[in-house]
Amino acid sequence: MKIYDGKYILIGLLVFGVLVTFPLWFDHGKAVAPADPSIKTPVIEAMMAKHCILPKDRMITEHMKLLNVWRTQVVRYGKTVYVAPGGEKYDMSLETECFRCHSNKAEFCDRCHNYAGLDKATDPYCFSCHVVPGEKNPGAGKVAMVHKESK
Amino acid sequence: MDTSRRDFLKIGGLCALGLSSVEVAEAFAKSQASKYLTNPKAGAAKRWAMAIDVKKCWKAEKKECKDCILACDWAHNVPDIPVKRQEVKWLWNEKYENAFPDQESELEPVEVKEKPFLVLCNQCAHAPCVRVCPTQATFKNDQGITMMDMHRCIGCRYCMAACPYGARSFNWRDPRPYITKINPDYPTRDRGVVEKCDFCVERLAVGKIPACVEACKSKALIFGDLDDPNSDLRKALASRYSIRRKPELGTMPGVYYLM
Ligand code: SF4
Ligand code: SF4
Repeated sequence: MKIYDGKYILIGLLVFGVLVTFPLWFDHGKAVAPADPSIKTPVIEAMMAKHCILPKDRMITEHMKLLNVWRTQVVRYGKTVYVAPGGEKYDMSLETECFRCHSNKAEFCDRCHNYAGLDKATDPYCFSCHVVPGEKNPGAGKVAMVHKESK
Repeated sequence: MDTSRRDFLKIGGLCALGLSSVEVAEAFAKSQASKYLTNPKAGAAKRWAMAIDVKKCWKAEKKECKDCILACDWAHNVPDIPVKRQEVKWLWNEKYENAFPDQESELEPVEVKEKPFLVLCNQCAHAPCVRVCPTQATFKNDQGITMMDMHRCIGCRYCMAACPYGARSFNWRDPRPYITKINPDYPTRDRGVVEKCDFCVERLAVGKIPACVEACKSKALIFGDLDDPNSDLRKALASRYSIRRKPELGTMPGVYYLM
């Protein structure tokens, strides 16, 4: 069998194949450290039976959906209390509820978000407004500069 | 295969039963699912509104009182931006000629001309800002408050153009560096959203009164339900002459000035 322009076609196919499978072999064999989020905070340590709002596996996969629903309920409908399927009540607030236990953003939130390839400066951008526990005002020093600028 | 009329009806009936059982299962699942409640302590009103006793305020103003403004700024992480046209304001002082431009006669008592009037979002019943917002980021809640949903705001600033009171501020830059001390219980804002007073909706939701009302030692701010004839607010309005800002525009402002 003769393929017209066979050389080019085969080279083209080869290049195509390499490109398409790039994501499969590029990272292959490299060990990636596990995300290993830490739940060692004073409040969690003091808990008799450690539990979150929903079971752990659901929190891992669904916390962002849960937070989105909370946002809608609080901001748009004025509801502030969440009754979990087990009957416990929670204040629907990142600041006063989530961070009450998870007061270690760097060792908890960030570890997973970074592991999942979310650049923490941009995405998730929850924290550009919601205040992280112990957060120092990152740019308080800039103020003086602008004061000068405006004069 | 022959299907008798009788069999057809039987199968049809079974199918219908099957379909309805899906609904039953769904309804059951819903009753089992999580619920969202209001805090039992939450304040209730058909329409929250405010009266500002101007005379009481002026008395305290002699002593340079700014308690209400400071309380508000702290409660909501309002930044202090030095560039005038980029200022962010929720509650601030304005001169009579600016607060009530159409009411001016130029012959008012000196006191009225010179003294400050506290201004804030009027939580208008017919709020023009709500009508123009393309994303419904600003909307009326069921207690008459003009709400801001920062997550939805796209920063188009239509609402600022629509508000006849200049009650809204745009975040031209990241406000964080301009907040001297951050209140950890309340979010800050991000660059590119509009903000304004919302009668401390987060405090009302847990049974508190607005931060400014609480902070005012002279009791110059009276807060209550405009629809309840027995509220302190209505009693105050019934006993003293009051004015509102630009009522002729038909926005039906909910902030009254007791003169
Ligand atoms: S005062 Fe302005 S921002 Fe407030 S409800 Fe009225 S139009 Fe909207
Ligand atoms: S700036 Fe935000 S709140 Fe104002 S009209 Fe645009 S989307 Fe709506």
